[in-house]
Amino acid sequence: MGILEFLKGAARQVVTGGKAYKAWVAVLVGMMVIGLVGYANQWQGGLIATNMRDQVTWAFYIGNFTFLVGVAAAAVLLVVPAYVYHWKPIKEVVVLGELLAISALTMCLTFILVDMGRPDRLTHIMPGPGNPNWPDSMLSWDALVLNLYLMLNLVVVVHILYRAYRGQDYAKWFVVPLVLFSIPAAVGIHTVTAFLYAGMAARPYWNAGILAPKFIASAFCSGPAVMIILFQILRKTTAIEIKDEAIQKVAELMAYAMFFNLFLLGAEIFKEYYSHTEHLLYTQYLWQGIGTHKALVPYAWFSLACSVTAFLIFVTPAGRKNWTTLNIGAVLIFSGVYIEKGMGLVIPGMTPDTLGEIYEYQPSATEWMVAVGVFGMGGLVFTTLVNVAVPIMMGTLRAKGASTVPMGAEATH
Amino acid sequence: MSQHDRLPIVQDAAEGCEAAAPPSRRDFLRTAAAGAVIAAVSGCKPDAVVEELQRRHLTELSKDRLQEMLGKLEKKWSAEYGKDVKVGLRPPMPGVNFAYGLDLSRCIGCRRCVYACVKENNQSRKNPQIQWIRVLQMDKERGVSLEHATPYYNPEKVPEPGHFYMPVQCQQCRHPPCTKVCPVKATWKEPDGIVVIDYDWCIGCRCCTAACPYGARKFNWAEPKLPAAEMNPVTDYLGNRPRPMGVVEKCTFCLQRTRTGRYPACVEICPVGARKFGNLLDPESEIRQVMDRKRVFVFKEELATEPQFYYFYAT
Amino acid sequence: MTVPSWRVAVPLAALVLLAAPLAAPAGSPTAAPPAKAPAAATPPAQDIQAEPPPFSEGIFPCSQCHGKAGDPTPRQLAFHDDLQAELHHGPPSRWCLDCHDNGKRDFLHLINGKQIPFTESYELCGQCHGDKYRDWKVGVHGKRTGMWNGKKTYYLCVNCHNPHNPRFKALKPEPPPVKPQEQGR
Repeated sequence: MGILEFLKGAARQVVTGGKAYKAWVAVLVGMMVIGLVGYANQWQGGLIATNMRDQVTWAFYIGNFTFLVGVAAAAVLLVVPAYVYHWKPIKEVVVLGELLAISALTMCLTFILVDMGRPDRLTHIMPGPGNPNWPDSMLSWDALVLNLYLMLNLVVVVHILYRAYRGQDYAKWFVVPLVLFSIPAAVGIHTVTAFLYAGMAARPYWNAGILAPKFIASAFCSGPAVMIILFQILRKTTAIEIKDEAIQKVAELMAYAMFFNLFLLGAEIFKEYYSHTEHLLYTQYLWQGIGTHKALVPYAWFSLACSVTAFLIFVTPAGRKNWTTLNIGAVLIFSGVYIEKGMGLVIPGMTPDTLGEIYEYQPSATEWMVAVGVFGMGGLVFTTLVNVAVPIMMGTLRAKGASTVPMGAEATH
Repeated sequence: MSQHDRLPIVQDAAEGCEAAAPPSRRDFLRTAAAGAVIAAVSGCKPDAVVEELQRRHLTELSKDRLQEMLGKLEKKWSAEYGKDVKVGLRPPMPGVNFAYGLDLSRCIGCRRCVYACVKENNQSRKNPQIQWIRVLQMDKERGVSLEHATPYYNPEKVPEPGHFYMPVQCQQCRHPPCTKVCPVKATWKEPDGIVVIDYDWCIGCRCCTAACPYGARKFNWAEPKLPAAEMNPVTDYLGNRPRPMGVVEKCTFCLQRTRTGRYPACVEICPVGARKFGNLLDPESEIRQVMDRKRVFVFKEELATEPQFYYFYAT
Repeated sequence: MTVPSWRVAVPLAALVLLAAPLAAPAGSPTAAPPAKAPAAATPPAQDIQAEPPPFSEGIFPCSQCHGKAGDPTPRQLAFHDDLQAELHHGPPSRWCLDCHDNGKRDFLHLINGKQIPFTESYELCGQCHGDKYRDWKVGVHGKRTGMWNGKKTYYLCVNCHNPHNPRFKALKPEPPPVKPQEQGR
């Protein structure tokens, strides 16, 4: 039973690590405990523990979900430059990207789960025990594609790592088509998520054809931002070799993506303000506030400032080459997109509500706690997966008697 | 969509083939396995969870099973509310397509309809307060403009000079955006025009609340609070029966009343006779008379939801 | 293992249902004849009239005092001055005997002299308010309760409008809804 032995080895590796690793895991577990406390409160009394109400029925949870779908999609999209530019550590990039996608997807699905009024009826959306509303409902499609995408990534990663663990190369005929398929699938999950919003004529702020392209553009910024930082950490702490040029190339691609994202934003803003229809209200609420209702305004401008600054850093070669500015840029882009696609997308879509009422939503303590918990869980999934995957890729973690050649060494691209 | 226009429960043709189906082994295995998982996760009472999981979609239940289910609910709620609670599942009447008319030149914004509806339909009284009807006060100077509307007006007397009032509730659209987005088919449009929700199938994702252009769908943010003394025991499964926490509800044109020929509660209470109701297919009905004699309009016509709820100005 | 019968029944039923509208005549969503509300071209004779509001205390029947016809000249009355004071209906020249019958005091009369009982006052109102009268007869104006497809109670004009002062009185509204930020546990 090779797979059992592999799982045992992996499980051992999960608890193996230096002080820094253990401290980090402890932090993540602590976050999850906070989340559990928050969720217990919500479970007991209902979603009234959040600040969502009938006026703003989707909010922080769904915002986080949307952002993380982007992260999940974009992590895998890094496979494209890895192929195009013949990066040497392509398998590592694929595996790490997919691990990030797996963690992001875990968080996505958890955010949906905590947002549900009746998580105990989750089976109703599954084909078989349930009754999914295909092809009409975008959420039923989203549930399907997100789960399929999660499976896809799991299968590829487990296969590559299992083979490496046993000292074998992965099956090309199996992995390559799946990896190639995961690229359109990544675009697909994000498009379906965009359609979830864009299909709602009741919410003019979302009901725009530009939404799906904008989702993809901003995803190309947020996902790689995580990868840039991760690559640097792994270079330092493990034997994985990632060239400077590769990292800088990612930053350059992010600059283009951010340019496109800002361009689409500008196009939207022009259309809203120039035509000045009743639909302007939502955009106005985000950027200027309506009357005394200005809760989102500082977030909106902060997000824009982050995105523009990061764009300027990444578009200049000097900015990309300097590690300090590069990392600042990555953090800025991540924060910028996090606000833009979380609160900045969901809340103005619902403010004012469909009958013109303005309810100024801010996440409640419970929502913050639950979100912290979900991020803690995602972080833990990612940390432990990387902690298992890296030594396998480097050949230090092997089944007894298996060859210990590092993964990328036997077959150059 | 179309296969959802009618429920097999109202079709006698579907009866024969479903009556004999006992719970299959597959049903049982699925229930047992999933039940264990969910009970472990949720810490719920296991038998309640098993029952929840044994539930199938309403369209997949045989008549016997439906009867059994309704009987159980009657027993449960009769005990809970200390009165003889009836839970019907009355099918739409053939040859009936309901529509509603609301005379904006009559409405004085007194909110009698809101509270009659709450009482008739067993809505949660407070925390969460759920009201299916929302009366908007608008400026005569501006006309129907949501930007200048408020539901929170509270003067000594209504109507206030310079204002008019526009009650909004479920518009029972011919093209309901809410049923389209539901990921589990927990809500659908019936042949008599009423959009209904199976509160025991709804997963509480609130896609429908996001998709509804009329703010008609209300979510049970907490356990609904329905005082036993005020509970209306004449209920319908798809209408005014008690709802659980975490699901969505909305106006059903009082289907527990209207499917027996009675007027909705809001029509009966309205002190100014602003509310009209009837069968669109009957040229003599009050609603058709309204449409023949008055110019009617529908709310947010540009969205092409084609409501079966018409506003008009009689003068 | 056999396929559960609903697995077959549901798609089959769906197919039949999908085909059904094609067979139905164009413009009618169902083949069944529409369920009819009783025709209401004249005052709904088959329906129940709502109890008229009580007359001002102690003054009906009017024939208690007014045995025979009195002076028909419009003037300021010493008795009934309270009713005269609240009379806000039409032009200031309006006066009691425009509607109340002088000869038969327990009746009203139309402009052509036809005497009508108080229970048919709508005919009198309809003389001036023809549009409302027409709307009322078919249920567009006014209020009805009971069955939308059967017996109803209809309200007379005077159930809602005081004939001496017909403008609808302002009401105290029921409480406004709770604001979302005040909605707690």
